[in-house]
Amino acid sequence: MWAILSIRVENRPGILFKVSNLFRARNFNIDSLTVGVMEDPSFAKMTITTVGDEKQIAQIVKQLDKMIDTIEVKILDEKKSVYKELVLFKIKLSKTSDSTEINKLANTYGAKIHDEQNDLIIIELTSTPDQISAFEELIKPFGILDSARTGVTALQGS
Amino acid sequence: MMNEKMEIMNGGKALMKALEKEGVKQVFGLPGGANLPMYDELYKSNIRHILVRHEQSAAHMADGFGRVSRKPGVCFATSGPGSTNLLTGIATAQADSAPMVAVTGQVPVKMIGRDAFQESDIIGMSNPCVKYAFQPRTPEEIPEIVKKGFYIAETGRPGPVLLDIPKDVQQNEAEITFPEEVKMPGYHPWTDVDITNIERAIDLLLSSEKPIILAGGGTIISSAFAELQSIAEMLMIPVVTTFKGKGSFPENHPLSLGPIGMHGHAEANKIMTEVDCVLAIGTRFSDRSVGTFEEFERNLKIIHMDVDPAEIGKNQTTQVAIVGDVKASLRVMLKMLVKKAFKKSEDNKWLKHVNEVKDYWRENLKLHPGEMSAAKILRKLREVLPKESIVTTEVGQHQMWASLFFDVIHPGTFFSSTGLGTMGWGFPASIGAKVARPDVPVLDIAGEGSFNMTENSLATSVLDNIPVIVFLVNNFSLGMVAQWQRTFYEKRMIGIDLKNCPDYVKLAESYGAQGIRAQSLDELEKAIKTGLSSDVTTVIDIPIDPEEDVLPFVAPGTSLKEMILPS
Repeated sequence: MWAILSIRVENRPGILFKVSNLFRARNFNIDSLTVGVMEDPSFAKMTITTVGDEKQIAQIVKQLDKMIDTIEVKILDEKKSVYKELVLFKIKLSKTSDSTEINKLANTYGAKIHDEQNDLIIIELTSTPDQISAFEELIKPFGILDSARTGVTALQGS
Repeated sequence: MMNEKMEIMNGGKALMKALEKEGVKQVFGLPGGANLPMYDELYKSNIRHILVRHEQSAAHMADGFGRVSRKPGVCFATSGPGSTNLLTGIATAQADSAPMVAVTGQVPVKMIGRDAFQESDIIGMSNPCVKYAFQPRTPEEIPEIVKKGFYIAETGRPGPVLLDIPKDVQQNEAEITFPEEVKMPGYHPWTDVDITNIERAIDLLLSSEKPIILAGGGTIISSAFAELQSIAEMLMIPVVTTFKGKGSFPENHPLSLGPIGMHGHAEANKIMTEVDCVLAIGTRFSDRSVGTFEEFERNLKIIHMDVDPAEIGKNQTTQVAIVGDVKASLRVMLKMLVKKAFKKSEDNKWLKHVNEVKDYWRENLKLHPGEMSAAKILRKLREVLPKESIVTTEVGQHQMWASLFFDVIHPGTFFSSTGLGTMGWGFPASIGAKVARPDVPVLDIAGEGSFNMTENSLATSVLDNIPVIVFLVNNFSLGMVAQWQRTFYEKRMIGIDLKNCPDYVKLAESYGAQGIRAQSLDELEKAIKTGLSSDVTTVIDIPIDPEEDVLPFVAPGTSLKEMILPS
């Protein structure tokens, strides 16, 4: 199963190393990891997406909880949460028709197009990982020169 | 206005004062370039310094001290190789949940990350094997990290804490205050006793037909000996232990079956495969104890008590989990049982069967026929050694023979490197144990391969007047490896022959210790008595048959059912 973990940690040097080292040492998977300082700068929020069976996920949560630098560890309920990531794609337009078609796709997915020089564009999209992958498939034929994804960040509503 | 409690001093002095406030009376260590400032303040303090000849031994001594006194042992090492030499000892303490505070020197703050001389990233290297690590960047932080460090090391599931202090932080003066209390919002070592689940556990235990108690190392760490014994006696449930839990229950008690596992007692392993419900106390279900995880939990209802919530469900599926200090949980369980006025009869069918199995194996297990067989020398040791003595072991065949043939009568007097399996642990740990308990004899059951690794601690034991006895079971080889080569590699013997080198009697004498060779049981008895009455460390070299195997044996990756017995 796929799980989104939301972890509030003390904002100290080395915390990213400790959390990622725990995943490595215990043979757990990291799909994506994002981290940012919270409104109270003494804390940071880490969002980790991971894959494992129920027992493994439970064990990951317990091991994270055991860490002295973690304040709170939660498994987010996908249905009750907003979870998004940001992606950037660099594409070189080869025909004028490309521009129209890409604009159409971007509109459908709510992506933003940043025009660069020499027919280079950068497309920016904030969405769920599934939607991003679907969009990626659609623009692949235009030739993706480079891309960057942030990984998921998430908050649960209730 | 300056706080009245504030004093101006350097970081090294702040460290010593903070250690004194924690009640530290001695540190085990070795000085070097990056910890000289703290050593200069150690010189001026009231703390005793016990000089080692290798930092690994300093960590093991602190570990031995910590396990016996239940207060963190403290070890000092310099930066770079000093700190990396400590690592094996730190990892050993982590694997066996032993309280320890390791203090290392580090290169000055502005040199960190520049590959300075004797710089090592010990914070990074030690991460997976410490409970926590601190690296203060100013002297002002020192009192707080010491207080936090001790609190973390000794509470909840104990473990090692590293304080890595840059040289300039030791040297610089600052306005220092010593906090009365410290806050750690992410650390909650103690939880309330889980009454609901204890009730469920009692129901499960009472409704099962073939129950057993499995006592692990946590029983010893929380010294829940009286509670364990009362519950076992009240319910008339037989008790097995893990190897780390050996001696949590008197091994001469009628309900005792001894340790289970790879080299567990035959009767303990046999019975363990028959039970339908286990009350597991303070154990992590190590592969060495349970064989294969899947086979162990088949047809078995597990009640798991542990102070560490992460142990629940890690290796075994549990029916009832009771998180919390096992002594507190067992106490509540006992009170509830008393309230129920429950008393199981002594002649129940299950117990009768258990006793039959026990009697059979105690009479019929084939032993090595020689006069100086492992069983005979260890039973002789038990006969002569006072019950309250503290025993440590090294790692290897002698350790497993100790598990099989040396009964621990007085709970909490037996300590071994069971998790990491660190050869060379037992002798320095025995020195640390003797510092914690100078009033009782301390003896290391050793093999010569392990003793070889830290034998230079003889200098420490002689020069610092910390007399212990080394019971050296000498088979002139790395015996456990030899046994595996005989058993699993068709006797292709490689890298195991130690060729009777060195001569351990002469070695002991060269350090100013006493060396005695014992070649018969009479000589052995005399040697142990001599050791007990001496005020200097005694090494008893006991040559045995190099071909003797440790049996029974549950091969790695197999279940307890597949135990190999002596033929």
